[in-house]
Amino acid sequence: MSRNVREEIETIIKSNKIVVFMKGTPQFPQCGFSATVVDILDDCGATYKGVNVLADFEVREGIKQYTSWPTIPQIFINGEFIGGCDVARELYASGELQAKLNAAVGES
Amino acid sequence: MPTAQHVQEMIETGLENSRAIVHDMTGTGDHFEATVISSAFEGKSLVAQHQLVYGALGPAMGGPIHALALKTMTPAQWAATNGHSQRPG
Repeated sequence: MSRNVREEIETIIKSNKIVVFMKGTPQFPQCGFSATVVDILDDCGATYKGVNVLADFEVREGIKQYTSWPTIPQIFINGEFIGGCDVARELYASGELQAKLNAAVGES
Repeated sequence: MPTAQHVQEMIETGLENSRAIVHDMTGTGDHFEATVISSAFEGKSLVAQHQLVYGALGPAMGGPIHALALKTMTPAQWAATNGHSQRPG
């Protein structure tokens, strides 16, 4: 039975409030941009699911097609694609990221 | 391997009314930093602005261009942060 990677990606995104498709894991990021996103989310006190795209080539390519975004990491909050490292940094600096994270977990 | 000049040309050609300031961060032709100013960003979310730039770069992005640290601005934002006239450059 061939995989439906798109469906797998959608299930992950829908069943987790905060998801990061990244290189490596939150404990051991394996790319500077992924590590930056982990630092930012940790600093925001967020609980999130890390998906290691290095462990699954089909997900690594599938997520880029899903969002038509060519790079990793990619962040989703409440099913919404937020962006990559640069966008996360800018939203973090403006406080908008913390607001989105709080809204996702129902804290004001 | 693309140079900063190539990346600038790809962005400015592929994105209307844009000006790109591009630097090769490592000198290896695959890690770049770019500030892109365009009226096309007006009214768009940050991620949508970045997607416009990635669209201009097409398959080069994530291929020969391994990483692109991106800053996007409207002409008004550029003028506000740089005290210049609205037209960058």
